[in-house]
Order: sequence, then structure tokens, then C-alpha cells
Amino acid sequence: MPIDDGPGACSVPRGGGWRPGARWARDGMVEQPATTDLEALPAHQRPTMREMGRRSEHAEHPFKAMPPDEGAAGRAPAPKAPGWAALLGQPTILVARTGQRDAVTAACPVALELGLRPGMAAAHARALVANLEVHDAQPDRDRAFLDRLALHAVAHWTPIASVSGMDGIWLDLTGTTHLFGGEERFCRRLVAFARRLGFTARVAIAGSAGAAHALARFGRQTITIVPPGTETQAIADLPLAALRLRPEALVAAARFGLERISDLYPVARGPLARRLGLGTVERLDQARGLAGEPIVPVVPFEMPRAERRLLEPIGTAEAIVQVIGDLVEDLVGVLQARGLGVRAAILDCTIVDGGSQRIAIGTARATRDPAHLKRMLAMRVERIDPGLGIEAMSLSSPHVEPLAPVALTAGLEDADRAPDIAPLIDQLGGRCGPDALFRLSAVESDVPERAVRRVAPLVEPAGWPGWSRPARMLRRPEPLSSVVALLPDHPPRRFAWRGRSYRVIAGDGPERIHGEWWRSPSEMWAVRDYFKVQAECGGRFWIFRRGDGVEAATGDLSWHMHGLFG
Amino acid sequence: MLPSPSFDRPDAEQLAALRTALAGERRARGPVLPFDVVAIDERLADAGLAGGGLHEVAAASAALSDDAAATLFLTGIAARFAGKPGLSVLWALSRFDLYAPGLEQAGLPPDRIIYAQGRRDADVLALAEDGLRHGTLACVVAEVKSADLTITRRLQLAASDSETPMLLYRRHRTLGRCPLDMPSTAMTRWRIGCTPSLPLPHPGVGRARWSVELVRQRGGNPFSLEVEACDATGRLALPAAAPDRAVAPARALSHAA
Repeated sequence: MPIDDGPGACSVPRGGGWRPGARWARDGMVEQPATTDLEALPAHQRPTMREMGRRSEHAEHPFKAMPPDEGAAGRAPAPKAPGWAALLGQPTILVARTGQRDAVTAACPVALELGLRPGMAAAHARALVANLEVHDAQPDRDRAFLDRLALHAVAHWTPIASVSGMDGIWLDLTGTTHLFGGEERFCRRLVAFARRLGFTARVAIAGSAGAAHALARFGRQTITIVPPGTETQAIADLPLAALRLRPEALVAAARFGLERISDLYPVARGPLARRLGLGTVERLDQARGLAGEPIVPVVPFEMPRAERRLLEPIGTAEAIVQVIGDLVEDLVGVLQARGLGVRAAILDCTIVDGGSQRIAIGTARATRDPAHLKRMLAMRVERIDPGLGIEAMSLSSPHVEPLAPVALTAGLEDADRAPDIAPLIDQLGGRCGPDALFRLSAVESDVPERAVRRVAPLVEPAGWPGWSRPARMLRRPEPLSSVVALLPDHPPRRFAWRGRSYRVIAGDGPERIHGEWWRSPSEMWAVRDYFKVQAECGGRFWIFRRGDGVEAATGDLSWHMHGLFG
Repeated sequence: MLPSPSFDRPDAEQLAALRTALAGERRARGPVLPFDVVAIDERLADAGLAGGGLHEVAAASAALSDDAAATLFLTGIAARFAGKPGLSVLWALSRFDLYAPGLEQAGLPPDRIIYAQGRRDADVLALAEDGLRHGTLACVVAEVKSADLTITRRLQLAASDSETPMLLYRRHRTLGRCPLDMPSTAMTRWRIGCTPSLPLPHPGVGRARWSVELVRQRGGNPFSLEVEACDATGRLALPAAAPDRAVAPARALSHAA
């Protein structure tokens, strides 16, 4: 009878003979615990599937639950921006301060239901509703967003678009909606687009801008399409405020009992103009389509660009320079017409095999001088690898600045006019890189190595106060050895530096420079005493001692060489 | 046999004609910047530094104090070339250890200098030549460790074409060997060193003094003399004649404190 070495509930045989992958373990020599055995165990003692060696269910990866790195496409959905759905339970208003008064500028649907209206005082709104969420209005950002939306409309829907008021845009849809499957489908598309952006949009299409404006803001449906010629009937039931009237005209109309637009129709034009102002009549005519109201479209900025497609591929430097010259002439024509100057330009060469080569130049000051641009581009021609040949070249200017003509000064003091060095700056910058060209300007700091900073070559730098300073400065102060000096405020009698000893015959100082405690706490009490000393050999040195020689906290009394006077 | 004029004794008219031609040539070469120190100007062939020429400066020794003195000598010349407002000096170098406040005190304020830092000597020389050929700069200064005859010839041609003075500062490369030993086509070659200044009657360091040595010049003789360092407008001065005999160094030591 075989010895019963059955492991029971344990899958590993007793006696320590187990090793992973052992044949007897694979061949099922060890009998697996029966399901009934497992079920007999209490729940907390049952082994997991993995402990029993069954791979039918995989173990949880230990790092799986970790949040994804920032920027990587994580599996976890990005937190959604709080939309109306999340905030629906809580009324929200936007307030803006005008003078001494906080006024409500916008209210969410929940707040509107609770009786809060745009225009009421913020304190009043807070008093009416308890858990009111109040945010500051950001009209500038709203306006910027509307501008972007108008530019998007110009790029995608219609060439003529413009921002209308603080909350809408005009689109001139004449002859464009058929591209989107008709007006109805275009309107639905617009509403869906706005919903994706997180907005509730209302669209109205009418024959006159005034009617569309009124119906989009005061109409009953989300999408209103007015058949041509029926604007008068379509806006008849709307309140007078839909006509974009001035506030005093609205007040006067309310006094006369005129509430709806249709109330104005039977009134004679003369008395109407006298009582409500000529602007009211004009707005009414514009809304009914009797008077024209042109839309001033936004014009998107187009990058100045010139392109030449070549009849045959070119590959020689002379041919490339020739084409560059032609492109620069074209681009300068465009720039001159628009009054712009180049700050950066990119030359893009399309190679026959489909690749492209590009070189870029930058200028220190806006320019449209063709000779200068040609020279700067020609300096980089050798970086172009034409390969099998270039078949198209384009020159564009991603960074432009306005460049207006400058009036010449009277020729009386012509000799004193400073020469323009901006072309030279560009040329040198093209050779050694733009960072290698600089001026030095003053920084308000007494610590010598912090008193200088690099500025761009065309910036007007500031000068330094007239304390005696050396012409050359060591990169970092070098310690002096075997210094003989009287404390606290005498220059050293002798010192050794870089393996040579110097005997001092004259000295100036000390010039005390305190540490800048606002930069680092270790400089709180630090002091440097600078001396200008002259050695017997004739050298004049700028040396300093750490510490004032009295207080131990100001420094360790070590001497350092910092600069050299000539 | 032709009655040839004797070559060793040209007649007076020929000499006068040659002199006027030479003077006209010099005038055409560009403006000349005098040092306003008679002892220097009268010994220079052009009575000053030629505006369209290459001038080389080196320190008398590899010591850093002589290096600083040569730098200030260059700064003074560049400051006087850039005397009018709006003019700029291009200072091309590969290792930046200048201290701009010190240069301002030698007459070159920060709005007159543009620094250009190249990686190697070749970059520095190319930057300097570009600056010279552009012709809008008051002066170009370049600091290099080595420049052979070809390079100096290029710089000299570029300088005379654009009538922009070129100051080439040759730094010491190997210990004990003067960088001005190498051949060059420069108009003038200077060697500047520090000497002790005149002891003051009170404690302190007096106006710096340099030993200025003109190693070589075109059309003139070398000379050396001791001058007082640049003032705030970049002008040198001759030391005043000592009223008494030289002060003993032992007494000078007592001025150290």
C-alpha cells in the first residue's frame, strides 16, 4: 500500500520534494483537491484559483490600478468638465461689477426658474436663493471665444461671418447651405456642434439680419427658419426688446403701451420716429427687410506666402538661389501691400520623391528688404539637400509685424544719424546662432557677478554706477593662500595666487558688499570686503575677504581673487 | 648707354611728387585716430591709428593683469573710434571673461558694445570679418589665440575695403612665447604690460600705468614708452615728470595700508 502522502488541501507535497515544473507535478501524480473538499471549507479558508495553479482566471496586475501618467492616453476617462447636467441641481449665476454694484449678467436655467434675472443686483439674488453658486463674469474671454468661433465659421461654413453682440454670431448663409444639405440640416449641424462644445445654441435663419437676431434670442423653437418675405409676420409676436432698441426707446414704448413688434406696424412712421426716435424706425425697417444691414465680416489673418512650382526639378545651388530670389520678390510684394515686415520666414522645398526640406531664418527687427532676405536665405542654401531635385518651393512668414514707412528726418543733421545695425545682427546671428549675440545690461545688485545680464542686441542696455570695477573677472573667485593682512579693514601685505607670491605696495578699500538675504538664507549675514591692491610687479588686483573681520557670522575671513584691473 | 638718373639720389621734384602721392593715398585710406599724446603720435607713421587697418595688441606676459591692461588699451581705442552716439563696437570672442562695468569705466558704455561669442577661433574671425564687411560698425575687436598670415591679410583687406578699424587681440597661447612673434600684415602691433603706478601721498592706488611697446609698424620704427592708463573717455596720458627723484620702494610699502 502506497504511503498516503496526499497533501490534502495543500497542493504542495509534504517533504519538500516540490519544485516548479517537476514532471510528477505536471502529470497529475498529486491529486488536486476535489471541488467538494473546497466547498466543505469555510469561505475565508478557500484558496483562490491562482493558488490552486489554475490559470483560467488571471491575477490582477499590481500596477493596473495605478492612474495613467499625465499626458499619456490613459484608460481612465478624463474628468468631464462640469456641464449643466452636473450643475443642474444648483442654481448658478455670473456677476460682474459695474461701479459700486455687482450685477447678475447671466443665470442658468435653474436660476431663471427660481426667478433670478440678468440685471438684478447680486446681493438681491443671493438673498432670494440660498445655495446659489456665484462666479465672476469674464467678458473678455467670452469675447475671445466668440472671435474664435467666428473665425471657425469663416474657415468651415461661410466666408462672411461676424460676432453679434456679446452672445452670438452672424453668418451670411447666401449660397452656402446647399453644401451642407440644406438649411434645416445645417441648423441641426450647428446645434450639434455647439452641444459638443458644451453650449445650448439657438439658430434662426431669416431674410434680414434683424429678424434673425430677434428670432434667435426671442423665438420659441431652437431652430427657426423663416421663409423668404415673411419676416414681418415671423417677428410680429416678439417683444419690442427683440429689435435691439435703445433702453430709453423701450421705456418710452412701454409708456405708450406698445409691447409687441406688431404694435408698431400700424403706427405712422412720422409720429413713431418723433416719440421713439429715428433709431427705432430704422431698426424696425432693418428687421422687416425694408432697409439693408450689411454684416462686417471678420477677416482671418492669412500668413504671407509665396510659392513657385518649377517646370523641371532643380538641384544646383545657383538655381535654388535664383528661385529664392523670385520667391523673396513675390513675398515682399505681398508684405508691401499689407504693410508688414518679416520677423521669421520658412523656406519649404518639395523634393521630387515627396520629401521636403525646410530652412528658417529670423530677423532682429521687422524687415521687407529683398536684398537682406535674399542674403540671409542664401547663407543657408548649403543646408538644403536637393536629392533627386526640387520641384516646388514656397516661402512663408509665420511671424510678421506691422512695418509702416518711417518719415525721413530732415537732412540737416544727416551725418549724426546712427547707422542701422539690424541687418548686421541678423547676418551674425545666422552665422553663430541668435544666442551668441548679445549686449550686457545692468541688474540692480551690488554683488559683482550678479550685476550683469545678457540682453538682446537691439535692446537699449542700462549702465552701472561708477564704482571702480576690473576689466576682466574670474569665472568664480579663486582662493588666495598665505595672506598677511591686518584686520579688520586693511588690504593684505602679501598673498600668493596661482603659485606665485605677490607683495602689495598700495591698496584701496574696503568696499563692503552685503549678501542678498532675499535670495538665500545663507547670505543673511554674509559680507565681502573688496580691496583694490597693487602688487610690486605692477599688477592691480581686485580681491575680497569673506567677513567683516569682527563678527564671525559674516564670513570665515578667507581671501579670494575676483578680478583684474589693467 | 643712356644717361640714366642716379637711383640713389632722386631729385627734389620727384621726391615732392612722391610725398604728395603718399599723402593723398593716406588721406584716401580713411580717417586716422590720433592718440592725442604727442610722444606716441609723432612716432606713428600715420600720426595715429589708421581707420581702415588691422591693429594687433598682445599682453606683455601671460599674466592676467597684463591681459587686463591690454584689454583696457583696446577698450580705450575702441571707445574713441565709437565716439559719436549711435555707433557700435563689435567685440567677438570665444571665452567670455570681460566685465562690462570695467569697460564702461574705460569709456565704452554698454550701449556701444555688441558681444559675439563664437565657439572656436575660426568662428570668432568669421564673425569679425562679417562685421568688418558690413561697414556700419565703428570698430571691430576680436580676441583670438592664433591667426596666421592669411587670416590677418583677409582682415586687413576687409578693414581697408569698408574703412572700419579692426583690433585683433592675440591672447597668450604658450607660456613664454609672445603671440606677436608670428608673422602678420597688421599696420601696427602693440604689446601692453602693467607697471606700478606713481605712489600717492596718501594711502591708495594711483592711476594705472602701462608699458606700451610698439613692436612693429608699417612705415615707421618701433618704440616703447610708459603711459598712464585710459581715463573715463579712453584717452591715454603721459606721466608727469617726477619733480624729485624716484620714491624708494620701502616708503611705498608703508602706503599699502
